[in-house]
Amino acid sequence: MTQLANADANVVVEQLRSWNGRAVAEVVEHRGETTIVVPHELLRATAEQCKENAALNFNLLSDATCVDRFPVEPRFELNYHLVSIPRGARLRLRTNVSSQQPIIDSLCPVWPGANWLEREIFDLFGIQFEGHPDLRRILLPEEFEGYPLRRDFPVEGKR
Amino acid sequence: MTTVESAIGTTKTMVLNMGPQHPSTHGVLRVLLELDGENVMKAVPDLGYLHTGIEKSCEDKTYTQAITLTDRMDYLNPLGNNLVYCLAVEKLLGLEVPKRAQYIRVMMVELQRISSHLVWLGTHALDMGAMSVMLYCFREREEILKIFERFAGQRMMTSYIRIGGVALQPPAAWREQVKRFVDMMPARVDEYEALLTENRIWQGRLKGVGYLPPDVLIAESTTGPGLRAAGVAYDNRKVFPYSSYEEFDFNVPTRMESDCYARYLVRVAEIRESIKIVRQALDKITDEGPIKTEAPGIIPPQREKMKTEMEALIYHFKIFTEGFSPPPGEAFVAVESPRGELGCFVASDGSPKPLRVHFRSPSFINLQALPKMVEGQLIADTVACIGTIDIVLGEVDR
Repeated sequence: MTQLANADANVVVEQLRSWNGRAVAEVVEHRGETTIVVPHELLRATAEQCKENAALNFNLLSDATCVDRFPVEPRFELNYHLVSIPRGARLRLRTNVSSQQPIIDSLCPVWPGANWLEREIFDLFGIQFEGHPDLRRILLPEEFEGYPLRRDFPVEGKR
Repeated sequence: MTTVESAIGTTKTMVLNMGPQHPSTHGVLRVLLELDGENVMKAVPDLGYLHTGIEKSCEDKTYTQAITLTDRMDYLNPLGNNLVYCLAVEKLLGLEVPKRAQYIRVMMVELQRISSHLVWLGTHALDMGAMSVMLYCFREREEILKIFERFAGQRMMTSYIRIGGVALQPPAAWREQVKRFVDMMPARVDEYEALLTENRIWQGRLKGVGYLPPDVLIAESTTGPGLRAAGVAYDNRKVFPYSSYEEFDFNVPTRMESDCYARYLVRVAEIRESIKIVRQALDKITDEGPIKTEAPGIIPPQREKMKTEMEALIYHFKIFTEGFSPPPGEAFVAVESPRGELGCFVASDGSPKPLRVHFRSPSFINLQALPKMVEGQLIADTVACIGTIDIVLGEVDR
């Protein structure tokens, strides 16, 4: 299985590099999973390429989530898990977001399914998504203060 | 209740609050419906009434302790949740699970799938006004829960699947019990079908209701029976096999109609496929053999060894006081839950507690397509649509 994943990852990296030399900042291989690190400003364009390029065809956005690496900066790591149903392949796109300017392009124009996933990240991590059609809290009440999944938010007790 | 000026000329629309206590929302889902008479103009789901911060709590537990939290997300599929979490941690650690434990896992999650579909069928039929189906479905579900109780000591919050294998050896005479169940079950599924499939009221309530084309469903990230009822044979057990599913022979049922009735037919067909898988698992699981992998310092040592070997005792003490520390990195695993693609993302920073645990819950993401499904239809169809999306609010809100 790892062999296949790597072979497919090579195609993906090659396709993305030939489209834009700056799109792939880094390729991380861990436990047979491939992560492509994308520069902050190129996220939406790269995502679009992953979906529209016929050789890649990542038509399903499976998941989007965030990891808080507090106190390291840039502290937020956004992970998008893509699936290509016709090709039977998976890929992770990653981009870093700093806490000074926690803003990133929304992927709703590419995959409408990103809508609630991004609202969840906004709700729990406080990252703003530019171009999101309806960026409101989704799990917590509107008047809630703070972003509970940040590492500096305590599990119990008062903040 | 308030009335608002509608965009469409002189007709007045009304905003109706459906839930969070409405019985057909299967928990605490609230949907704001803008109505023009009986027609739904706009639907806005409102979530979070059951948010318990499970992902945050996982960060404060050791890897082993967090298993018990996963049971409580999708309470109709606790074994599936255990499985996806354990697979993710095992991937992070690079652990191999013994074949026997893998087959036991497969058998348990397939029984769980049957039980989850039975609860779905029973409650959905209840929503549609067919009272008796629920009684039939819960009769068979009870048999499955009895099997779980004998295997794990628990009917629902089993925590039976553990990192590196399963918790306990199968109980005495388990094979006969499971065999009795799979022998009985096909005739029982025929019974449900006799009650519903050709039933005129059932067809009238479901056929042509909640249609969405496959490309819209994929764009909205819908997975599971909802997507397969639209003709897309996407099933993680086939496309990205895990836990030795590639050794099992089963079909992925699909339909082309993509309406509520097609979703019903797909789920019933899935029950039959799951029975087939359980039967095969019965043949594959040997009477003797390991149920856990050997990994000193990660998997608790056997009781016998602890009494004779100093090292085993030290490992035991360290695992239950400090826990174990996977190398830094992350892993994402997706399995096919009864509701769709259930994913688990675990990130480690090299400490005994996870840096981040995230669940890609199919209920949450499938619910996203609800407004598109119901807008332009009747209120009664909204109930049918919520039912056939098959949400579990514990998993939606986590």
